[in-house]
Amino acid sequence: MTTVSCPECAAEITLDEGTEVNEIIVCPDCGVDLEVTSLDPATVEMAPMEEEDWGE
Amino acid sequence: MRPRLKVGVLYSRVRVEEKWIFAAMEKHGIDYVRLDDRTIHFDLDDPTPWREFNAVLERSISYTNGLYALRILNAFGVPTVNTAAVAEVCGDKLTTSAMLARAGVLQPRNVVAFTPEAALEAIEAFGYPVVLKPVVGSWGRLLAKINDRDAAEALLEHKATLGSVQHSVFYIQEYIKKPGRDIRAIVVGERVLTAIYRKSEHWITNTARGGEGEVCPITPEIESICLNATKAVGGGILAVDLVEHPQKGLVVNEINHTMEFHSAQPVSGVDIADEIVNYVVEIAQKD
Repeated sequence: MTTVSCPECAAEITLDEGTEVNEIIVCPDCGVDLEVTSLDPATVEMAPMEEEDWGE
Repeated sequence: MRPRLKVGVLYSRVRVEEKWIFAAMEKHGIDYVRLDDRTIHFDLDDPTPWREFNAVLERSISYTNGLYALRILNAFGVPTVNTAAVAEVCGDKLTTSAMLARAGVLQPRNVVAFTPEAALEAIEAFGYPVVLKPVVGSWGRLLAKINDRDAAEALLEHKATLGSVQHSVFYIQEYIKKPGRDIRAIVVGERVLTAIYRKSEHWITNTARGGEGEVCPITPEIESICLNATKAVGGGILAVDLVEHPQKGLVVNEINHTMEFHSAQPVSGVDIADEIVNYVVEIAQKD
């Protein structure tokens, strides 16, 4: 079981099996978007904020 | 023997759609490379590394990054899904409207002006309420429903003063009293794969804004409108958003060229990611 610490609120977050690098996860405690930047070792960073030309 | 195909997937964030696409690539045993648009660079004098790709699927979350990457790749002769030409049209709602108008595809009435004064005159002639939309943008952001002249004057001044120069392209659309839902149809090449209703009590029914999905049967009318609309913008893998207009019937509201389908896939049960991958392979094999 891989866990990371939320950089915003320090909550311990367990990564689901099948989590991928660059995947966006949501901190279950504070709700901030986090990007998985590495799996071995597991690290997360605050996900980039939404920008004006983002979308589908 | 034909050499093994190599496919690139350009992305910015691994959303659930990208996870499904990567999984489909792996399921089909495709040699694919993940291209994070934040880490790549293009040397315009050296297309060689890019020409190794038989096709590149563009899934950038940033319209600007995706569009420029597509322009460069197409200039290098690398086939892309979608093409730069299609992204240019679909990424800009006003250009989409112009192409739909040219092709005679039914859409909401649109008026364009370049100054707040001209926009106000156009809005007054239009009658209230109207909708002001940014020409570039997504997820229902910065859409404004204007109910009266006071609101129009305030909003136009704010847009002209606070917004980037692009926000002074005033794209004014009729407000449609739709039945609490719109329709998103997914088109891959010549096929309408599936369609869902996006329901919301809010006048903005985008699922990115909390709208809920439900299967919408693909009627011959929906199929015909969608195929005409996608043909008008150049075709490829596209999401056509339709609105039920009380007088005109089904009208095309917008077309997305790097669509999200986190609602459409589970709601419809159609493996959209798999169909996308099949289409990319088709394009790669044409190379």
